[in-house]
Amino acid sequence: MGMTMTQKILADAAGLSSVKAGDLIEARLSLVLGNDVTTPVAVRVFEEAGLKKVFDREKIAIVLDHYTPCKDIKSAELCTTARSFAKKHQIKNFFDVGQVGIEHALLPEKGLVVPGDVIIGADSHTCTYGALGAFSTGVGSTDMAAGMAMGLNWFKVPEAIKVVLKGSLKGYVSGKDIILHLIGLIGVDGALYKSLEFTGEGVSSLSMDDRFTIANMAIEAGGKNGIFPVDEKTLEYLKGRTDREPKIFSADDDAVYAQTVEIDLDTLESTVSLPHLPSNTKTVSQVKGIEIQQVVIGSCTNGRFTDLKIAAQILKGHKVADGVRCIVIPATQEIYMQCIEEGLAKIFIESGCALSTPTCGPCLGGHMGILDAGETAVATTNRNFVGRMGHVDSKVILASPAVAAASAVAGEIASPDDLKEA
Amino acid sequence: MGTGKVFKYNDNVDTDVIIPARYLNDPDPKALASHCMCDIDEDFAGSVKDGDIMVAGYNFGCGSSREHAPIAIQASGIKCVIAASFARIFYRNAINIGFPIMECQEAAEEIQAGDMVSVDFSTGTIKDETTGKTYHADPFPDFINGIIESGGLLKYYKKKQES
Repeated sequence: MGMTMTQKILADAAGLSSVKAGDLIEARLSLVLGNDVTTPVAVRVFEEAGLKKVFDREKIAIVLDHYTPCKDIKSAELCTTARSFAKKHQIKNFFDVGQVGIEHALLPEKGLVVPGDVIIGADSHTCTYGALGAFSTGVGSTDMAAGMAMGLNWFKVPEAIKVVLKGSLKGYVSGKDIILHLIGLIGVDGALYKSLEFTGEGVSSLSMDDRFTIANMAIEAGGKNGIFPVDEKTLEYLKGRTDREPKIFSADDDAVYAQTVEIDLDTLESTVSLPHLPSNTKTVSQVKGIEIQQVVIGSCTNGRFTDLKIAAQILKGHKVADGVRCIVIPATQEIYMQCIEEGLAKIFIESGCALSTPTCGPCLGGHMGILDAGETAVATTNRNFVGRMGHVDSKVILASPAVAAASAVAGEIASPDDLKEA
Repeated sequence: MGTGKVFKYNDNVDTDVIIPARYLNDPDPKALASHCMCDIDEDFAGSVKDGDIMVAGYNFGCGSSREHAPIAIQASGIKCVIAASFARIFYRNAINIGFPIMECQEAAEEIQAGDMVSVDFSTGTIKDETTGKTYHADPFPDFINGIIESGGLLKYYKKKQES
């Protein structure tokens, strides 16, 4: 029986010639990741277990991105714990304020991910690296501690849903619209315990940033991972970032899938997720006019350069509407610098946006843009659960950077196509 | 085995409602427990007692990977979560910290809030003492039982390293 792309990567990392869905395997890890929220718990577990050494100081990444620059004393204590551990074990890929970016934008940018890798991260959006043809999945702090000590972890080999992308995206429609549409189709547990394997002719037209956005939100469908085939765009992205050789796997022709879903990119429309589940999707045209008080453009989902570029194109010459706060957060220092060099920073500030240093901040209701009762935000982030961005009676509507920027100008949910020329 | 009172919730209970991110800056289990479920059930933390049981629908624990979620529930005194299904990271985390969870669609549907329920984790038996009905949860694979019997993932690996 043929194997899916994910199954082939896992078989290789487990030293097996083949695996099938349901097998329990132990796989070697290429990288173990944690952040300022999850690393301190992993450190406690690591130390309580009496562990003395990490398996490889070069294959661990600790990224202080969630509550940083520290929002309060308790979050400063979390960073102190993570910082001390990183120093003690000479963790090579330790990123503190000044170098830090949002982990899932930062690690690929720094060349820490290549195709064929097996990566666990104590953050649910670790599935992002599937965009580069790696197997990556979110785990908890105990898994992180075990991974740091052993360099391996257990996995149940997943079945896969094959997502066939047809045609190519039109106008302002983006990777975000593809993944929101898919979650709307299959539900927040539609891919529970499964891989989402993206394929079809539509893949080649997607930018790497679009692929990162799509793989990033596999977890919002309950998925174990989301993964893309490796093509010329993938290899081009890796150039200059790493000397490691990619290990390229592709699904067998006779691979068995639990389900196949087709998405026609030619006819796909801008899509949003209304409160309080990512699966509660509508096209923008169905929900235009919902009043908003805040817009957030950023996060591990949509804080990359092409995301900010499209937002800036739409904002250029316009002003953020009265009564709306628009917060723009480049995901990494490199992206921030690019925003300055290419004039995006000027556009954001002139249009009335707050431009922030990289942080996860408002996405999880941490800091830098907390909502009050009765407020609604349009956000390019990934979750719109009850209380996610602040007060239990606030609301989050998930959208693409283009829709978020257009909504910031309109003061209500809007399509970029409706904005008058500035 | 003792019985516990049931706290019942719907489908898709996410980790942001189990323990909102605004409280993750203090990872002390007791501090986490004091805010557990507050955004959907503000009475929970004040009324839950040691040995009580949580019952919920599909996809329990979806969302973030925060291990703080099962830690908060465990520290609140809840003995076991019974759900129709679990989100996979929550499932892993619960096993890894040795917190019992049971997957049983029928029990998740039929057991009501306030019922008195007893569970036997080793056999997967769930008994609703209020209605008298017995349910059987899907058994764990041996490998996972091995982790639980070792007392968690790290102890399992330690034992393996030493053997």
